[in-house]
Amino acid sequence: MNLTMLLDMAADGFGDRVIAGTRASGLTAVALRDAAQRGARLVADRGADAIVYTDVNGLGFPVAMFAAAYAGVPLVPLNYRLGAEQLDALRARHPGAFVVGPGAGALPAQDWLDVTTSTDPFDAVEPGYEDIPAVVIYTSGTTSEPKGVLLRHSNLVSYVFGSVEFASAGDDEAALMSVPPYHIAAVANVITSLYAGRRLITLERFDPQEWLALVRSEGVTNALVVPTMLARLLDVRGDRSLGRLRTLAYGGAPAPSSVVRKALETWPDLDFVNAYGLTETSSTIAVLTPQDHRDVLASQDPFVRARLGSVGRPLPGVQLEIRGSDGVPLGSGVPGRIWVAGDQVSAEYAGKGRQVDERGFFDTRDEGFLDEDGYLFIGGRTDDTIIRGAENVAPAEIEDVLMRHPAIADVAVVGLPDEQWGQRIVAAVVLREGQEVDLEQLREFARSTLRGSKTPEEIVIWSDLPRTETGKLVRRHVVDRFGAPV
Amino acid sequence: MKLKVGQALVSVVDDTAVIATKVPDGDVVLTCGGAPLVPKGSEVTPADADPAHLQGSLLGKRYVDADGTVEVLCTKAGPASLALDGVLLATAEAKALPSSD
Repeated sequence: MNLTMLLDMAADGFGDRVIAGTRASGLTAVALRDAAQRGARLVADRGADAIVYTDVNGLGFPVAMFAAAYAGVPLVPLNYRLGAEQLDALRARHPGAFVVGPGAGALPAQDWLDVTTSTDPFDAVEPGYEDIPAVVIYTSGTTSEPKGVLLRHSNLVSYVFGSVEFASAGDDEAALMSVPPYHIAAVANVITSLYAGRRLITLERFDPQEWLALVRSEGVTNALVVPTMLARLLDVRGDRSLGRLRTLAYGGAPAPSSVVRKALETWPDLDFVNAYGLTETSSTIAVLTPQDHRDVLASQDPFVRARLGSVGRPLPGVQLEIRGSDGVPLGSGVPGRIWVAGDQVSAEYAGKGRQVDERGFFDTRDEGFLDEDGYLFIGGRTDDTIIRGAENVAPAEIEDVLMRHPAIADVAVVGLPDEQWGQRIVAAVVLREGQEVDLEQLREFARSTLRGSKTPEEIVIWSDLPRTETGKLVRRHVVDRFGAPV
Repeated sequence: MKLKVGQALVSVVDDTAVIATKVPDGDVVLTCGGAPLVPKGSEVTPADADPAHLQGSLLGKRYVDADGTVEVLCTKAGPASLALDGVLLATAEAKALPSSD
């Protein structure tokens, strides 16, 4: 199983269809294959052992991904917004790489695209069929140093085969990708869109107005946003119409249910999908489907309504267990650690091998529980839990309450060291533009829903929160900003 | 032949190629056009198709047996049909999963 097989199938099945880029200047499936093979020749002639991609998202990215596959080397997308020191350190791990991006000794993505889409004749590289890593993604490392996650061809192809029907998209469908190329969702989107036959459009840098304009002008039918993008779209004043958009998926970080509820009210005809996955699992492992969302709105049953805070049920090819600290699987309703297995689960790190137990299960390090119908609820990272006195407090629960306040745009709740309680609960909030709030009244607002022991002792106003680009809160940086020792 | 999930197999009577996506434990005889499929990359001795096994294999379709013990995905189309132990495979229902990335 090789990524090139997916492209071959697309070229055989709908070769003339524009599969990536704008209607006006995009590439057909056959043109994408030609470009990828031309790129593979460049890489092979250079004797490179990887393609490092440090540019913004665009047409050059899918070309680079498949060029790497034809050349039998991994694609390594790196975060171009990292500081020079960090970026150099990651690039140094791939000294033999062909680099697409800005800077000395590299080929900018536009030039790469020009060269690979030229009409010059070339000798095709014979693709290998070994199951090597197709993509290496460095995790953003909210808790530690970046680790290189190895996604083998078999992991990514299994993900596609397990979750997408070939040629299932109409030739008028288009998917808009707004997350950067070094995120697993961007990698997955290239191959799932291609396999479905859905034209892939990318947005270089997310801006809510530009996103809306592109959705309307390009007739986008499917899009993925991270929760912070969703919140910003909902804050747009004026025209929030979505043209031909049918499905809006959100994921990459926990979505506050207040934001999701507002989205459902704003765009009642849209199909919403909540996706949960990790880099190590080749993207999505559980989905809350459009029908699930509609059921929530239609139901008075609090058990069903709570599912808006769930990430849905595992994909058919994924086995998922909630386990206690002793490793024993737990029953429904009992929170524990989420373990997963399946062909799409790589769980493999550069220099460290596969991190799975004897049954092939990988510890996601996420906490969660399954309800009686198998819906998965994520309870935040284990490390996030605040222990105040003897009580375990999930910051997400408090954040959810504060987010319901009309003046609040964003919120982070953390525990700070406390002599009496072990930890005390504090919150940082970001206000909506032009809004003011009385902090004591805000505490009262929280206390009216939460017990007193869960009400933040201190609430401060910040202009922004330390989030990764996909919107994951970096809690240790919140703690740092409070000026407390970590 | 004993199959493995993810194994690529090719027809010896036409261009049909498949990937095994669900396999039983024991040995099975998986054929295309009546002749056994062979692992991709192995030496192919071309053969003639059984006329009863020429209803076509469609690109991107999943093919299953009635008991659901075998599933293969057609990665290259051809005029010949896939069969398990002499019985033609049928196309599986499309999976109804929404796009999530």
